Amino acid sequence: MKITFELNGALTTVDSPPLARFLDVLRDTLGLTATKEGCGEGECGTCSILVDGEVVNACLLPAIQVFGRSVETLESLSDPAGPLSKLQESLLATDGAQCGICTPGMVMAGTAFLRQLKATGAQPCDRSIRQAIAGNLCRCTGYSKIIEGIKMAAAQGTPQESAHD
Amino acid sequence: MNPKIVGTRVPRDDGRQKVTGESLYVDDIDIPGMIYGTTVRSPVASAKVVSVDWDEGYDWTGIVRVTAKDIPGENSLPLLIDDQKILADRRILHMHEPIALLACSDPTRLREARGHVRLRYKSQPMVSQIEDSLEAEVKVFGADNVFKDIQISKGDPATILPKCHHRLEESYITGHQEHLYLEPQGMIGAWQDGVLTLTGSLQCPYYVHKAMKAVFGLKDDEVRVNQAVTGGGFGGKEEYPSLLAAHVALLARKSGTPVKMVYERAEDMCATTKRHPSEVTIHGGVDEDGHLLALDVDVVLDGGAYCTLSPVVLSRAVLHAISAYRCDHVAVRGRVVATNTPPNGAFRGFGAPQTIFAMERMMDLIAETVGISPAEVRCRNHLQNGDSTATGQILQQGVSAGAVLQKALDASDFHSKWEAYQGSHSNRNRRGIGIALFMHGCGFTGHGERDLKSRAALRLFLDPQGKPRAQVLASTTDIGQGMRTTFRQIAAETLGIAFEQVELAPANTAGVPNSGPTVASRTCMVVGGLVAEAGKGCLQELGFSGTTSEVELAAALASTGAVTCEREYEPPPGLVWDDKNYRGSAYPTYGFGCTICEVEVDAVTFETRILDVVTCQDVGRAIHPSIVEGQIEGGTVQALGFAGFEKVVMHDGTMRNHDVSNYVIPTAADIAPIRVLIHEEPYSGGPFGAKGIGEMPMDGGAPAYVAAVSQAAGVSFQQVPILAEDVFAELLKKKAVKRS
Ligand code: FES
Ligand code: FES
Repeated sequence: MKITFELNGALTTVDSPPLARFLDVLRDTLGLTATKEGCGEGECGTCSILVDGEVVNACLLPAIQVFGRSVETLESLSDPAGPLSKLQESLLATDGAQCGICTPGMVMAGTAFLRQLKATGAQPCDRSIRQAIAGNLCRCTGYSKIIEGIKMAAAQGTPQESAHD
Repeated sequence: MNPKIVGTRVPRDDGRQKVTGESLYVDDIDIPGMIYGTTVRSPVASAKVVSVDWDEGYDWTGIVRVTAKDIPGENSLPLLIDDQKILADRRILHMHEPIALLACSDPTRLREARGHVRLRYKSQPMVSQIEDSLEAEVKVFGADNVFKDIQISKGDPATILPKCHHRLEESYITGHQEHLYLEPQGMIGAWQDGVLTLTGSLQCPYYVHKAMKAVFGLKDDEVRVNQAVTGGGFGGKEEYPSLLAAHVALLARKSGTPVKMVYERAEDMCATTKRHPSEVTIHGGVDEDGHLLALDVDVVLDGGAYCTLSPVVLSRAVLHAISAYRCDHVAVRGRVVATNTPPNGAFRGFGAPQTIFAMERMMDLIAETVGISPAEVRCRNHLQNGDSTATGQILQQGVSAGAVLQKALDASDFHSKWEAYQGSHSNRNRRGIGIALFMHGCGFTGHGERDLKSRAALRLFLDPQGKPRAQVLASTTDIGQGMRTTFRQIAAETLGIAFEQVELAPANTAGVPNSGPTVASRTCMVVGGLVAEAGKGCLQELGFSGTTSEVELAAALASTGAVTCEREYEPPPGLVWDDKNYRGSAYPTYGFGCTICEVEVDAVTFETRILDVVTCQDVGRAIHPSIVEGQIEGGTVQALGFAGFEKVVMHDGTMRNHDVSNYVIPTAADIAPIRVLIHEEPYSGGPFGAKGIGEMPMDGGAPAYVAAVSQAAGVSFQQVPILAEDVFAELLKKKAVKRS
């Protein structure tokens, strides 16, 4: 069936079985491979995307569920060779990406968290950041440098809007 | 000369691609005409194969089918002893052993087709654990199930031990650990004009190269191996990818199209290698002040169904059994035995975390017996310059055990916390603090490096703008540990040019020399050292004795043309190793570390909360401090996972909890900030003084965590992992809790 939704700011229609995994629609149909599959069972967070601003595991998401909604993937945050989002910059500065396979999901979860901070005016602390990314596993970093990166981005006034915003 | 690039936090070479998602991992790569492959696996742990047939009622059109009969030469995967089959043909030795391969352009049909392969077999008795393997009533390997038996002896422990003031005996157990690299194993294979090209998630391109040459009878230039961006390895992508490579190559050969195979998570957890479970028994003898006088250590590792790298893992295990302590009378015996479980293999630390866990818990027992603190017993016994190891290696210099111990003790406020937490078990939330002191041999064991003859090269040339540029040619891979960045720093510093003016040749066996595998904490220290030497060689060829100005370098390159210099590893002078008797210099140098962990145990839910972790580690020289911190933080958290979270439930030869929901690794919310203190005791044989750091962080977390939980709970644990249910069970045994 035809499913129309907003993808990274652009109206998009895909032809997909309604129950197809949205992760496969992204990666295989649309060729957007930044979103990864670490487990396929909703536990690792490497497939994290934003649907109407909320963090969602694309591996558990039936394609039909995005109908009429707004989807953001990591590709929305920067253009090739273009400027990076503040969070991406901060993660570069803190060395928050080692093997990098968790990074796309981390960046999306972190972006949602930073937007929420901005909306509520709350100050981030170690604990709230840890909670915000508790659904995103990282096997390499031990999390410290990812948390530092999120903290650094938050301190810079959370201009974490994507290049398309 | 003051280094300008070494020791700084330059932006990571591949950082931008990683934070933007532009990095291409194997599953992101698409080749025209490529189809997908899958593996049909054994549903039984021990059996005789009667036949492998295809369901005749099923429509096999468009599905490529491969069994052992399609293997052109020997059905064995070349590694240490070549015992592992590429596809089981006569005997099945473990659950999920590959028996057939399928490929198809439609992944959905592929999954369906897996259910239509008919395996007929006769079940055989199985060996599921170490005890049964040692009894050897059922044979999995050879006459006695022992893959390797190693003994180390120093002094006369048999005479000294009975005379010691205190004699202690305890046994320690560690479980399997799953790597859980977040990118599952994956490989693409393609044949063109008789040349096999493999692109995969892997640590060691030349391992795959060598294995494929043997399996398909190919020449050096008929196999090309590329490393795709690799989403974590930790040893799990050291030897295993060769099997995957053989599988995709067989499918691609039969189908005539490129074939991609990426494991599903459950498949990866069930079928691939894990950390060797261990049983270590230590008899220790000390004087009345707790000085070590004699040690007798028995180590048994569970190797699983095939040998893989088990003998080498055992070697590192026994060589780290006495860890960072001085003892004149030592006997260590190690065996690695076969069971009908999936083969175990390389995992960060490579046997050392298992024996170090045992030795550290023994040190705690000694402290308790003698009546001194765990810190004090370590202060009294740690190695110092001039001491000798269990193999009789005299450590002339660079022994930083005392320094890292002191720094960690100070930073963690260990003494006062430990005092305060002694015997305070009345509250609901009970605290404890634990310490581990450890060392890790850098690089390959014994003559390993000498025999490998690793090579790396540098090419220095002028770019179109007339600026000097350098290219590093090495086959070691970046698997997230930052090797690309570190090598560029080493080359830039050596040549006296900017970081931006150095690039890395792709890790492809067709274009770079064999630098040996990306393992054993050797990449920076050994291969990075070759890069530095090659850089010096380039400068010499241009007539310079050291670094010079960019203008002069450019002028020299303009008149001479590009220069390339390759260097081969030469062991440092005086490194003598007797592999038969396990005597001499086991490693060129050692890193030392101390980890202190503070926890709170809830006496009602039995959950453990980590409050603080301090770790001080000697890296020789931190080429890139953030990368080094990242290795230490990540490795320490992996070690805490090994200690308190990650339990592989192995039942009837299979991992029952083969999913990320039931095999739990630490999340950000489970972990306290890891406070890292870098200690630098330069090693003259490493580039700019660097030692290895990849594995050492895995060594200390488990004993420190278990000691902390033991103090908090008021019961002493001798195994990992310990989960809430284990704390409960132990307290129940001690009647410290009432059954409700
Ligand atoms: S792949 Fe979706 S949560 Fe792991
Ligand atoms: S950087 Fe490797 S899993 Fe996070």
